[in-house]
Amino acid sequence: MFAAYLMTAWAGGTIVAVVAGVVGFFVVLRGNAFFAHAVPHGAFAGAAGAVLVGANPLVGLGVFAAGGAVGIVLLGRRARHDVVTALTLVTMLALGALFLSRSREYSAQVFALLFGQILGVSPGQLVTMSLLGLGCLGLVALIARPLLLASVSPALAAARGVPITGVDLVFALVIAAATTVSVPMVGALLMFALLIGPPAAAQVLARTPGWGLSLSIVLTLVTVWASIALAVTTDLPIGFFATAIGALLYAGARGAARSRHRRLG
Amino acid sequence: MSAVLSAFFVSPTVQTALVVGTVVAVVSGIVGVLTITRGQSFAGHALADLGAVGGSGAFLLGVSQLWGFVLAGVVSAVAMEAIGTRRLEGRDVATGVVFGAGMGLTALFLTLDTLIGGSSNAAISVLFGSLFSVDSRLVPVILALGAATLAIVAAVWRWVSLETLDRDLAAARGVPTRWASTLFLIALALSVQLSSLSIGAILSTALLIGPAATALLFTRRLGTAAALAAVIAVGQVGVGCLVSFASYDWFGGNSWPVSFTIVAAVFLTYMGARAVDALRPLINRTAVA
Repeated sequence: MFAAYLMTAWAGGTIVAVVAGVVGFFVVLRGNAFFAHAVPHGAFAGAAGAVLVGANPLVGLGVFAAGGAVGIVLLGRRARHDVVTALTLVTMLALGALFLSRSREYSAQVFALLFGQILGVSPGQLVTMSLLGLGCLGLVALIARPLLLASVSPALAAARGVPITGVDLVFALVIAAATTVSVPMVGALLMFALLIGPPAAAQVLARTPGWGLSLSIVLTLVTVWASIALAVTTDLPIGFFATAIGALLYAGARGAARSRHRRLG
Repeated sequence: MSAVLSAFFVSPTVQTALVVGTVVAVVSGIVGVLTITRGQSFAGHALADLGAVGGSGAFLLGVSQLWGFVLAGVVSAVAMEAIGTRRLEGRDVATGVVFGAGMGLTALFLTLDTLIGGSSNAAISVLFGSLFSVDSRLVPVILALGAATLAIVAAVWRWVSLETLDRDLAAARGVPTRWASTLFLIALALSVQLSSLSIGAILSTALLIGPAATALLFTRRLGTAAALAAVIAVGQVGVGCLVSFASYDWFGGNSWPVSFTIVAAVFLTYMGARAVDALRPLINRTAVA
């Protein structure tokens, strides 16, 4: 389980977990689950496009993630957020289908972005991931207080002079950065599951933002480590374990919260 | 152009595509209006992707993939409704948890499918299905599923529209709100399974949300919006099919995928409608002055 060739997987998984734990905390707080699904999922089209023109897929991924996220925020200012998210997502996916149909090369590289290749992380990739991850966390730290206020009560934040659209745009870039860090390793589907399951469980249990954020990071780390261990020992896909553990944590947290509620009367 | 048009309408592939596309477009447009006003776009998209669980699971059990799709959709819909809360943010997260767990199961089923030999095509094609590769034997099933979905929607229409506008008022007037919302979510699940099975999850979400969102920019009446959305969706499917068919000649046989052309039609229509909507106050002011 701790063989040398697995060390990059453990290290990469830890980076992804810390980023997902922090970003997921805000995603759940803001009720942005659809947004967090759409950006990583749609961004794969960018990688398909990059492969088509012979560029680095990571650049395509980042450009599409940032473009899609910013586009959703801007279009969503004067329309229902979920409608705009859905339409942007399908447009990006349709572009992906177009790019794949143009390319005569085998598209395994692109499909790996949907399901991830956790064992295929190279040491060089780890450096890129750490730098992008630090940038992502730096952005969050920069806007942490206004972001928290705008997430909990947009009306109060607006009254206190917080530039809501500005905060939304920076958060869109945070999601895009988190996508670029995580998707090449864990895939779009697992990335989404990590952003929602453990942070949602943390949110149910914690009573203050500080606790919520810390618990979110801890639970995401536990989920990722346990999933890698189980996947290595059983040879079953890591995505299954990560999503199942996330869902169980959420169910357990809801159950615990309910019994606590009942005890207090 | 007329040569392309005559070839377009005699091609059996196109005929099947147009029949299936029309059924899916009408059902999606009508269901979409309620989906958007209820703020369940995410659930609609998640249910479409979750068809893959049923597709890959059915292959594992050796039963028809169609029933796998339908069953997975209905079970996920009931699960989302059961853990969902009344707060919109809570519902978003509840949908996300079910969605994530479902995709994890898909990954598991796909691996097991490969282990027992063979792979489930439906689970992969559910993402990128093509309207031009619909099996013509599926047409009666698709017609029947479409009719069943519309029947459920018609039966709960009054309940659901009242419940959408004001839940407390609906409860006070004796509407069984829990039943109404669960039945609607099941109708939504059937509608998107129908379309993701036949034309892929991308198009499923596009046709569910795009035409209805466009229609709702022009009218606030749910019934009118549903009719308008159905008409818009049918038009977009027709145009998309035609462009994809015609593009065969433009690129020497490497045509644009029909999923792309239809989604492009959906997106451009919506953006155009948004532009018209944004300009309307300006036009009205000029008219008054």
